Amino acid sequence: MKTLINIKDLHASINGKEILKGLNLEVKPGEIHAIMGPNGAGKSTLASVLAGREEYEITEGSVDFDGKDLLELSTEDRAREGLFLAFQYPVEIPGVSNVNFLRTALNEIREYNGQEQISAKDFMALVREKSALVELDSKLASRSVNEGFSGGEKKRNEIFQMAMLQPKLAILDETDSGLDIDALRIVANGVNKLKTPENGAIVITHYQRLLDYIVPDFVHVLYDGKIVKSGPKELALELEEKGYDWIKEELEKAH
Amino acid sequence: MKKQSYTENELAKDLENQEYKFGFVTNIESDKAPKGLNEDIIRFISAKKNEPEWLLEHRLKAFEIWKTMTEPEWAHVEYVKPDFQDITYYSAPKQKKKYESWDDVDPELKETMSKLGISMEEQQRLTGVAVDFVMDSVSVATSFKEKLKELGIIFCSFSDAVQEHPELVKKYMGSVVPMTDNFYAALNSAVFSDGSFCYIPKGVKCPMELSTYFRINEGGTGQFERTLVVADEGSYVSYLEGCTAPQRDENQLHAAVVELVALENAEIKYSTVQNWYPGDKEGKGGVYNFVTKRGICERNSKISWTQVETGSAITWKYPSCILKGDNSIGEFYSVAVTNNYQQADTGTKMIHLGKNTRSTIISKGISAGKSQNSYRGLVQIHKNADNARNFSQCDSLLMTDECGAHTFPYIECKNSTAKIEHEATTSKIGEDQIFYCLQRGISEEKAIGLIVNGYCKDVLNQLPMEFAVEAQKLLTISLEGSVG
Repeated sequence: MKTLINIKDLHASINGKEILKGLNLEVKPGEIHAIMGPNGAGKSTLASVLAGREEYEITEGSVDFDGKDLLELSTEDRAREGLFLAFQYPVEIPGVSNVNFLRTALNEIREYNGQEQISAKDFMALVREKSALVELDSKLASRSVNEGFSGGEKKRNEIFQMAMLQPKLAILDETDSGLDIDALRIVANGVNKLKTPENGAIVITHYQRLLDYIVPDFVHVLYDGKIVKSGPKELALELEEKGYDWIKEELEKAH
Repeated sequence: MKKQSYTENELAKDLENQEYKFGFVTNIESDKAPKGLNEDIIRFISAKKNEPEWLLEHRLKAFEIWKTMTEPEWAHVEYVKPDFQDITYYSAPKQKKKYESWDDVDPELKETMSKLGISMEEQQRLTGVAVDFVMDSVSVATSFKEKLKELGIIFCSFSDAVQEHPELVKKYMGSVVPMTDNFYAALNSAVFSDGSFCYIPKGVKCPMELSTYFRINEGGTGQFERTLVVADEGSYVSYLEGCTAPQRDENQLHAAVVELVALENAEIKYSTVQNWYPGDKEGKGGVYNFVTKRGICERNSKISWTQVETGSAITWKYPSCILKGDNSIGEFYSVAVTNNYQQADTGTKMIHLGKNTRSTIISKGISAGKSQNSYRGLVQIHKNADNARNFSQCDSLLMTDECGAHTFPYIECKNSTAKIEHEATTSKIGEDQIFYCLQRGISEEKAIGLIVNGYCKDVLNQLPMEFAVEAQKLLTISLEGSVG
């Protein structure tokens, strides 16, 4: 079976400091992988590196994304190839309506893939359909990108954008942070409804609670720049219960 | 005896007069005045335009005043001062004959117009915009004149107005910007070549946007345009002014005067998209844009200035409102973009004289490259201006670490019932914002376009639709590859 993304021995550093120290991860179509780990383990770095943030230097390793060398692609081309990052802290863009922003994005992606521009009518129909999916007030769609949105609205807006752009692989970077239980449920429902046998997701989270709603196929523990433990969804519960110290201890014993 | 009283002074005078009569070097048929500025040149311009005596006198008086003035130094700009004797003050475009219809217009001129972005044909057909196209100081085409005529609206070149409506020109010219106002206004009053004139009669709402495209065409030709818009009682007009200039090496001086008169209950909306040649990436060349724009508001009237400024090497421009009448309203919406080595010192003056007068200032400055962008504004509340209100917002956006943004707000208040609010922000374009766009598949160029246009939305929203679209494109083009 083909892989959606195959990360091999990935090393990445910022300002000369190595954060990712040989990370391996493989995601196949239809799979949801959760990545958990203590603060500073490199979870958000992984998301940033995959999305193509320039501040990070890749010193070693490879990333194959659906048959393409991801690391050779520009940030925008990664997005156009179907890689989507739901930001931990979505950025506000004053004066730019969500609708205009998404239409620009969608058309750029379509152009890259040799498709025609979407008509205004079809686009608005898509907006209505997808905003319902994340219970996003259609008024928010016409407001400026994230401007004046509550924390929950921003996260829902990320999932709405994901629904609009229909990526092959979605990376959710601590999408659950700062959400109350209702917002969490809405966001998770959105992600679940968007799941298909063709696409996949990497869910980065600090807490197990999101995984009550988005049930992962695999759970990985990221610690000190590497995946140190992988397991079924039950691993998340164990982590929730026991914290990360036992993993640290296990690692130290092994050394 | 006559001979005895013939003094040296009189002799000199005679010789002078003779010189005017015979010593004039330039053929009146010539399309171009020789370089330099003196009384002869002014007389030449006036004669070329077959002007009445009072206008010639007006010009000569302005010239006398100008000679006593010095160039203003207070603006936050640095440049090599123009050599006023090295400028050609009049040149007419070559034309074989007057155009009977649009089809007769020289194809080269048409091409120039299409290079300006929107072809005149398209404008005529699609938008119902009447265009008075000014090229090197002489109007070459005027459209929709007949339709406007039915409503009694006068929209013509300034020269035509002098011939056909001298009483209006005489009454209002210089009534808002007197020739003594400043160095460049005095210069313009002396040597203005042409421009536009617009009069909206009492109670008439002008049904279409009136538009003028300016362009500097011939090398070394100074541009001294003059615009006068008079909205009579209870009338309304929306006036568009757009300009662009082709690339060239030498600096070109542009010193225009725009006067707006809004009589009781009238409203004037004046929109500008300015794209004069800004000079190359090293700062060589580019247009000097030293413009005096001012409007006067009588009772219950309103003047609204909207400008999108992306061009010129040096910009020195303060569209202003004198809120003379009670309850009158002045507005100023501005986007000023500077890139490379451009320098802009621009803003507005809101002079509150009448009671219950209100003014709004929204200024958005965008600096890129190594440019310097200054906002300079004055809000002045006079002692009889009870309950005057002003709201000012001045935002600056920096695209690089090498550019500069400056704000010089002046507030003078002599009435304790006034309410004045001033807000200002300075921010650098967010790398996070750009990354967010890139991550959604949007190219950097488009991302900057989106972010900048979003930042300017409050101003762009004030522009008429078709103009706003053009302005958005212009902003994006002006800032291509400018993030650093």
